[in-house]
Amino acid sequence: MVSRFLKAQPDDDRRADVVHGRGLRELGAATVVVMAVALALVFFWVPLEAEQGFLQKIFYVHVPLAIVSLCGFVLGGIFAIAHLRTRRPVWDYRSYVAIHTSLIFGVATLITGSIWAKGSWGHWWVWNEPTLVSFLIVFLLYATYQPLRFAIEDPERQARYASVFAVTAGAFVPLNFIAVRASTAYVHPRVLGATSNLPWQMALTFLVSLAGIALLFTTLCKYELTVKHTRAQLRALRRLVEQRAGTAANVPSPPRARSAAPGVHATAMTARPPEGRS
Amino acid sequence: MSAAIGQTQPATERERPVPPRARATTPTRAVVGALLRKELRVELRTLESVPAMSLFAVTTFVVFHFALNRNTVDGDLAAGILWVTLLFAAILGVNRLFVADADQGGFDGFLLAPVDRSALLLAKAATLLCYLVALELIAVPAFGLLLLGPSLGHALPDLIGVLALGDLGVAVIGTLVAALAVRTRARDLLGPLLALPLLVPVVIGGARASSPLLATGHGGGVPARWLLTLGLYDLVFGLIAYALFDFLLED
Repeated sequence: MVSRFLKAQPDDDRRADVVHGRGLRELGAATVVVMAVALALVFFWVPLEAEQGFLQKIFYVHVPLAIVSLCGFVLGGIFAIAHLRTRRPVWDYRSYVAIHTSLIFGVATLITGSIWAKGSWGHWWVWNEPTLVSFLIVFLLYATYQPLRFAIEDPERQARYASVFAVTAGAFVPLNFIAVRASTAYVHPRVLGATSNLPWQMALTFLVSLAGIALLFTTLCKYELTVKHTRAQLRALRRLVEQRAGTAANVPSPPRARSAAPGVHATAMTARPPEGRS
Repeated sequence: MSAAIGQTQPATERERPVPPRARATTPTRAVVGALLRKELRVELRTLESVPAMSLFAVTTFVVFHFALNRNTVDGDLAAGILWVTLLFAAILGVNRLFVADADQGGFDGFLLAPVDRSALLLAKAATLLCYLVALELIAVPAFGLLLLGPSLGHALPDLIGVLALGDLGVAVIGTLVAALAVRTRARDLLGPLLALPLLVPVVIGGARASSPLLATGHGGGVPARWLLTLGLYDLVFGLIAYALFDFLLED
């Protein structure tokens, strides 16, 4: 299986890997700046909303989080399509990281949404609010992504099945929103609607917040990809050194940590088979 | 298994899956028919799924009677009970759908045959659809007898249409999920976990469409938008399952 992976790795995969870390510092700096500007706008500049007052400011965090996390789920599905088409493990890895980060953003969305609901309707959970309910259903579906990966041991099949799941679930996201939205009357606080009916200060603040959260998502994804990849590269190099020193035969490889993350990178993506081993 | 495939087509197997049609020699319709006959014969001989599903459904109605402390139900409540019961009974069938193939070499046998792999999806979905129809032939009259307040008679034609659309969605998603879950370590656990959120829109559509049918005094016809939602859902997931099923069978 490993040999098959090594052969299936064209050289451009290695180049693509180097790109993982490139630009991370600039991206991180841009994220910090945009987030800071967004928060400053939210707290010091944008006018208070007439009806809800200060509470409405959670809108600038909650809605961008929800939008970015849904886009991340769909993005995971698109990466999964790329994985199924090209069979390159790197796409599976991207899909995994996108879904993984979206899940974290999803938790944050549910919590902020709950706080907002408690503040404006007096209940922690409101069933007649279609966006929140559909988000919960999508979240529950994606919560099974990691258990699914866990339950399959063969790394190649794990990646393939996870991609099938990611594509199905990615298509489920918009359909589910249609179904749930149709099932309930519109009672959502309509600040959520198109930005066109917002005063321009609010619209601008919202767009800056959205950009900040989207940048945060990108940075986190890139960071995780870089960290995991660097660690795998280090492991492969260490193994190579041990091999060169002739100790590889008696040093057992350390057991893999219990994780649902795709593990193919450690062996397949980094280590070019050492010369003379063939 | 991959070694066995490799023998028949050593050059192509490594890079990219062969498009199924390049391999197909038997017409897909014949393959689907043969597989469906096999499935139904196995079910008739072992009686593994449908009796269990039906018994489960009837028992659930009894449980609902005691849990809700109601002798009769109608409207929203009736539609909800009917759809939840049918959904959970269907999940029993979904969990068993591929077990024999995974445990007793059915997948290996199928993969060795030079036929279009989507045939297995179509045959299994048709099998599940047959199970669901058989289940409903027992569960719906039992529901009318045990719990439903208004008589079932004049609601029946419309209800059959709604149930058929819902069954189609359950069959397609159930087959995809069953294939996804069957070769994992915790298949009995993962199957329902994956299937339930995916089937929420079917339950929404089915329950909302049938609640006016089951209301006292027959409160009007089926709202068209629910049938539309169900139909759209069936169509999209039918296409998705068709596109993705091959990837689940590759080893």
